[in-house]
Amino acid sequence: MRDQKNILQNIDWVLVALFSVMVLIGWVNIYAAVYNEEHSSIFDLSQSYGKQALWIIGACILALMILVIDGKFYAAFSYAIYVVFILLLISTFAFSRDVKGSFGWIDIGAFKLQPAEFAKFATNMALAKYLSTLDIRMQDSRTKLISTLILGLPAVIILLQNDTGSALVFASFIFVLYREGLSGNILLLALVSVALFILALLVKNSTLIGILIGLALVFILMVRKNKRNIIVIVSGAIIAIGMVYSVDYVYNDVLQAHQRTRIDVLLGKELDLKGAGYNVNQSKIAIGSGGLFGKGFLQGTQTKYDFVPEQSTDFIFCTVGEEWGFMGSLVVIGLFMALLGRIIFVAERQRSQYSRIYGYGVASIIFFHLMINIGMTIGLAPVIGIPLPFFSYGGSSLWSFTILLFIFIKLDSYRLQILR
Amino acid sequence: MNVSSGRNSVIFIIFISVGIIYLIRLFYLQVVDQSYTASATNNVMRLITDYPSRGLIYDRKGELLVYNEPVYDLMITPRQAKNLDTLELCRLIGISIEEYVEKFNKAKSYSAYKASLFEKQLSVETYAALQEKLYKFPGFYVEARTLRKYPLPIAAHLFGYIGEVDTSITRQDSYYKDGDYIGKSGIEKSYEKELRGRRGVRRVMVDVFNREKGSFQNGKYDTASVAGENLKLSIDGELQFYGEQLMRNKVGSVVAIEPSTGEILCMVSSPAYDPNLLVGRTRTKNYLSLLRDPYKPLFNRSQMATYPPGSTFKLVMALIAQQEQTLFPSTRYPCYGGYPPGGGRPKCHPHSSPLDLKASIAQSCNSYYSYVFRSVIDNNKYKSTADAFAFWRKSIEKFGIGIRLPSDLPNVLKGSVPSIEYYDKYFGKGQWRSSTIISLGIGQGELGITPLQNANIIAGIANRGYYYTPHVVKAIGDEMYLPEEFRIRNSFGIDRKYFDIVVDGMESVVESGTAASTRIKGIIVCGKTGTAQNPHGKDHSMYVAFAPKYNPKIAIAVSVENSGFGSQWAAPIASLLIEQYLTDTITRPEMDKRMREGVILPEIALPKVPVEKEKKITQKSPAIPVKAITRVN
Ligand SMILES: [Zn+2]
Repeated sequence: MRDQKNILQNIDWVLVALFSVMVLIGWVNIYAAVYNEEHSSIFDLSQSYGKQALWIIGACILALMILVIDGKFYAAFSYAIYVVFILLLISTFAFSRDVKGSFGWIDIGAFKLQPAEFAKFATNMALAKYLSTLDIRMQDSRTKLISTLILGLPAVIILLQNDTGSALVFASFIFVLYREGLSGNILLLALVSVALFILALLVKNSTLIGILIGLALVFILMVRKNKRNIIVIVSGAIIAIGMVYSVDYVYNDVLQAHQRTRIDVLLGKELDLKGAGYNVNQSKIAIGSGGLFGKGFLQGTQTKYDFVPEQSTDFIFCTVGEEWGFMGSLVVIGLFMALLGRIIFVAERQRSQYSRIYGYGVASIIFFHLMINIGMTIGLAPVIGIPLPFFSYGGSSLWSFTILLFIFIKLDSYRLQILR
Repeated sequence: MNVSSGRNSVIFIIFISVGIIYLIRLFYLQVVDQSYTASATNNVMRLITDYPSRGLIYDRKGELLVYNEPVYDLMITPRQAKNLDTLELCRLIGISIEEYVEKFNKAKSYSAYKASLFEKQLSVETYAALQEKLYKFPGFYVEARTLRKYPLPIAAHLFGYIGEVDTSITRQDSYYKDGDYIGKSGIEKSYEKELRGRRGVRRVMVDVFNREKGSFQNGKYDTASVAGENLKLSIDGELQFYGEQLMRNKVGSVVAIEPSTGEILCMVSSPAYDPNLLVGRTRTKNYLSLLRDPYKPLFNRSQMATYPPGSTFKLVMALIAQQEQTLFPSTRYPCYGGYPPGGGRPKCHPHSSPLDLKASIAQSCNSYYSYVFRSVIDNNKYKSTADAFAFWRKSIEKFGIGIRLPSDLPNVLKGSVPSIEYYDKYFGKGQWRSSTIISLGIGQGELGITPLQNANIIAGIANRGYYYTPHVVKAIGDEMYLPEEFRIRNSFGIDRKYFDIVVDGMESVVESGTAASTRIKGIIVCGKTGTAQNPHGKDHSMYVAFAPKYNPKIAIAVSVENSGFGSQWAAPIASLLIEQYLTDTITRPEMDKRMREGVILPEIALPKVPVEKEKKITQKSPAIPVKAITRVN
């Protein structure tokens, strides 16, 4: 066995470095997004950039604590932690103040905690624990059912708290299930249904059905010699068209007006909800005006003039796009791709199933946040208010992603001590 | 178990594909599509709010009552406001340099980047002078807004007013921003959503010389404002105007309702004021002086003052008791100037005795209705006084007494009806009898109703048994729709057959009774006079009526505070208004003149109040009691 005393020795420094760079770039961008001439110090605690500095220090302390705790702890206490956070989620109904119509906040003195953020890593641990149990086969329906329950429980509670965005994050675990043996067809089906669902609401029916029939014909031409495949393609196309119509029917005839509005807002169709522009166009203008190299640090006008709402939280990427241009976008997305790639690489080298599954959970959650958050600022994803990991302003989000990632780093550093 | 390791590549490929798609999209947005980059170095995009024009308000005949007049707000973006001739700007908009600094700092403390209001409601002349020189003042621009204007100085209470939105509202409702206007009272408040329309936003490119260089991206991202919906009121502007004329120099109210629809025809609260006073730059000053006025012109008496229902309530009791089969047209009760079982209380005035039901209405006998009340409360049908009382309470609620009529006016009060718990607490459980609470039977005691409720009861009696919730809006918007709830009949819970005798009684009040001096030739008016005793001064005069007797077109309730008998002031005013509404003519010029010129103001204002003492007096203000005790003659 190796020397246990030196915690830092076996740590994956690439992940730590990526984490540090992203957090620092995020901080600087929050500073630029809400820059206020009167309070120009980045440490000014009356401004959100000053507060973010505190959150970052807190995150570092949390990271150290996680690294110090014995690696066996996490797997052993997975279920207990899961139960604690489920209870905490439920308790928000009783103790929380209503923030913008969503209930998911707990006030602890000056702190505002959002248990929904922390439920992500707790759920990830519980799922990893369950799937790493001996004799579990992903193909069994029992396994699928229990996995769905583990994921569904927090998602439903969060949904009841009106935080649709955070609830949807739990859908990202489908990648984990796929990695552990879920049929590829199910993943494909899930991805296609989501795409169809969104397209059915965004694109005109006739256009969409035309595209579907066109695609079906192309496929039929390709496999025209195999009768069985033709039947599969035709029935697939019919099911898809049926789905398009039923989505439309439910949307127009079943849903109430206020429910429709909520979906419209989610999809960015409801453009002028906040009067003076609460919409994707704002952020597209901001990002688009950045050009190749951007306007330069603190030179952004669109984000400064408050044309972009929620600029330091959900729309932080606008500041990156406006002030640093396409090069900035490239760096940020590049950093995320590097992080995701590294996590998968590190996950695959684990000896313990628990660590591997947990690692895939980390990658899936970060990927989902990245896809939705940046996607919505450039009009490629519905407007779902979830933060950009490590970049967005806010303690709950930063801390929960730090915990999520550093538990994985700890599990990895501990891998050589696990005897097979 | 470890599944085939190809799956990690699949997952990573999905991740990478999304990343690449996003980068392609970003490359297109940021580099290829140059239109977004159009905001070149010196150009600034300015977000200009396009305020919709607020819905216009018409009366039932299509006469315009409320319209909009343009004014201009001067806006500032502090960070851009550099290198300008401050003195010249101050001179143009008529403020001092100190005020300029103060306003500038206020705007800056809000935000250096975001535009905020600098000077509000510039006149058209100031705007014209400023507009020419605006290029000299970078960081400043003008936003057009509108103010309310009223061609006739009437119905101020009904219209209500518009004011800057409170932060408590901007926090809850994302439509409103600080500095926006919102309906604060009256129908401006209750129809705010319909009237306000929808704000639009324009994005305009502005060069270094503060000149607009056209819209951003050809207006691709602009949203047009949508004008508010117009309202057609059920109010008759002429009748309202005449009502306010007749009520001049008097304290009180008039509410008239069309019984067949529940539409309010006029709603006067006196003293009234010109709604134009609460508009524009002089608003605060005028508001304060109205607030200090000892007659409280801002207080909307027609829907917020409560009086004991008095005489009107005897009609209600006559109907309930008939329905309960404890009273018949032939029922006779004696009266010896008071109700003997109650030790001669309530007292009554001299008249022939005993009386039957019809005569009891014409004579308004207090003793008679004390017996009637007893017959209802002491009915063997009920196990206890409390049970009977609960039934009675439920019955009068059907008349709209003690409930908030769900009208389209804000701040409609429900008045007061005592509860069982109240009497249990006051007298002890089971310790009270019909005799203890006998004064309720003649509409006295703890009962209180608003003039609106009073008029509504008369409208229901005119309909012989039902009413529509009184409302002031006849139709909304171009589609002329009316909320469904105003088409629902609310029943009094009294059979049609019991109304004839009550209506006949009311007819005789005008034909030969206490209101005989107000007969109108050719129109059968059914009325009921009342006098509310006022412990602080002269009695209040009350009158309710509807006309014509068959197929009634108008139901009206008039109260004139401190004016003595109902027949003296309230009845003639009601009669003139009925005649005006039904025939569009005044056939009794003398009565008209006497009412118009009559001055019946409570004594407080007779010695002219010195300015510095004004405040002290308003604080005491017992002069105009909202509640008064009615004793009926
Ligand atoms: Zn009598």
